[in-house]
Amino acid sequence: MPLLQINNMSHDFGGLRAVNNYNLEIEPGQIRGLIGPNGAGKTTVFNLVSGIYTPTEGDILLNGQSIVGLKPYQIATLGLGRTFQNLRLWRHMSVLDHVKMAQYSKISYGLLGAFFGTPKRRREEAEIEEKAYGLLKLVGVADLADQLVVNLPYGDQRRVEMARALATEPRVLFLDEPTAGMNPEELIQMMEIVRLVHREFGLAIFLIEHRLKVVMELCDIIQTLVFGEVIAEGSAEEIQNDPKVIEAYLGKETIL
Amino acid sequence: MRGRPRNNEKLVVEISSGNLPEKKTLSDRIRDSFSQVPLLAWLCGILVAVLLERFLGDPFTELLGLPKIPALFGALTILRKPLLIPGTMAFLLLIYILPIIIVLRLCGPVLNRLAGWLFNLSSAVSVVIHLGLLYGILYLWSDISGYRLLTLKLTFIAVIVTLSLNVINGYMGEFSCSHPGFMALGAYSASIFTLLFFVDDKVFGSALLPEFLGPFLFPVALIFGGLVAAIGAIAIAVPSFRTRGDYLAIISLAFMFIVKSLIENLEFVRGPRGLSNQPNYVDLPTVFLWTVAAVWIINNFVRSTTGKALNAVRDDEMAADAMTVNTRRTKIVAFLFAAFWAGVAGGLFAHVLRYVNPSTFGIQKLAEVLAMVYFGGLNSVYGSIVGAVSLSLLGEALRPLEIFKWIIIPLLLILVMIYRPTGLIAFKEFNVMNLISPKRRK
Repeated sequence: MPLLQINNMSHDFGGLRAVNNYNLEIEPGQIRGLIGPNGAGKTTVFNLVSGIYTPTEGDILLNGQSIVGLKPYQIATLGLGRTFQNLRLWRHMSVLDHVKMAQYSKISYGLLGAFFGTPKRRREEAEIEEKAYGLLKLVGVADLADQLVVNLPYGDQRRVEMARALATEPRVLFLDEPTAGMNPEELIQMMEIVRLVHREFGLAIFLIEHRLKVVMELCDIIQTLVFGEVIAEGSAEEIQNDPKVIEAYLGKETIL
Repeated sequence: MRGRPRNNEKLVVEISSGNLPEKKTLSDRIRDSFSQVPLLAWLCGILVAVLLERFLGDPFTELLGLPKIPALFGALTILRKPLLIPGTMAFLLLIYILPIIIVLRLCGPVLNRLAGWLFNLSSAVSVVIHLGLLYGILYLWSDISGYRLLTLKLTFIAVIVTLSLNVINGYMGEFSCSHPGFMALGAYSASIFTLLFFVDDKVFGSALLPEFLGPFLFPVALIFGGLVAAIGAIAIAVPSFRTRGDYLAIISLAFMFIVKSLIENLEFVRGPRGLSNQPNYVDLPTVFLWTVAAVWIINNFVRSTTGKALNAVRDDEMAADAMTVNTRRTKIVAFLFAAFWAGVAGGLFAHVLRYVNPSTFGIQKLAEVLAMVYFGGLNSVYGSIVGAVSLSLLGEALRPLEIFKWIIIPLLLILVMIYRPTGLIAFKEFNVMNLISPKRRK
């Protein structure tokens, strides 16, 4: 059984069909990529799966269970972690608090613990703090734990966001343009981190990318989305040589 | 011209001896000498000062030609009779400033070691001792006059209200205007509770329970008031937390007016004439303990990960949702929690004044509380305490200026908004352990 299965998912924004008949199957441990020109609907696919929008048609199964209509936090608790194209970090919170916050669903001390500082709360807070430090160390920003995220350079903010997504203990991790706005050096480091978390946690990863270099190197199977429809699916090589993909990115070859 | 080479020479010497940045201003030096002083020493110093005032206050006032002991550190006396300025200043210097400085100078290091010993022994014991000293100070200070006692009680209540509003407007980042409404609900519910059960009066008839139980069951009355306020808050929270934005501000403002006109039209609580004759249960220890409890519980809440979820919702709700935070529950819980404390504060308020009427809980009260929150600082327990205490005391101290008071206080607020848009002490964690720990040399 695939870990995540999307069957004939479509979504309309008013009269505009943003995603049409989208299908996807992700097996545990797979890395898959989604490419496509601007406005093709890639982020919409992410938002549909993570529950920010509800699809007009179709079904989404996470681990065999339908997640259509669930709230985003419920879907996240079921094991779907994600990052955002534009980071969406919490500007007044410290790096450590970010990673602690993402473990919200594991907290069981309840309101009583929150109000009165019971021993159970102290124990649980210590546990999630330790785990948070572990994740920060993994992505290489443990020494910045007490800093506010807004004071961090862009590359480090991306790392914090990655640690935050991992803290939700996902089984599938959705990465929305993880290397957007990065210089070549940061890009290579980011790819290392993606490989590392894939190896470390055996995660299935689904990523949107604009830079073909990244998808080509990381992904097993790549889909190309144009105007809400998948026009090609296959290995990096197949995609690279597919005339429809080339057309979508570069336009039709005309001989004068 | 002749002095110049010398200056250069001096500069060279200083560089070579390696202590160039040794130029300290007076304020730096004052700050340095006080940075080593633990909270314990401050409390002891102030305790000595209030003890002095208590036992030597009267002879001193006579000696300095003052009519009576200056109630609010001389502010009232100075503003009413400027001729008494030198006498008041001398009084403040002799009774307050000099003794405090002497205690800090003489006992600072000893008390620092004592603070360290206590802290290592048990932080809980240390907290209790600090609170005990604080209570001792406030008791001695307020014992001088009834006016001081009343001001102090109202200040404590202002602290609770401000803190609870800060949970919504600061930590959650929404804009709620309904706090006077919650206070009104709490004040009336607690008053009805005590009047019904423990007082023979015209409105509710004879007491249902023996009178001696009253003080013991008074906490129940306050909690009842808080719960009624929290139930009222559900009416706002359910419709307005589906979305973000200005809806809450509008709905909560409407709620405040609805509560006010509802009470004005309810004959069984005597409508606009208000309820009076509440029993005198709120003495200084009661209001002190309730304030300590409110600060402790609210501070616990906002420092827990459950409470910090509020900040996550404020800064980016979509990200909070994607990180497994149940945003709707978080917002509703915090809103009800804040309303509960506003209700408790309302109950205390009714029993301090021993009279409530609906017009107290109108737009002016709202302006007052909002001013305290934004003046003190958003997202900060320190800020709320500072804001509530400073604006309450300032409001009293500037009373002799009459109409000008309402020019000076808004002006101050405008200045704060210009130079510190988020308030005096914003976005700072209130860590009791840091506060009571001994100070180390840097």
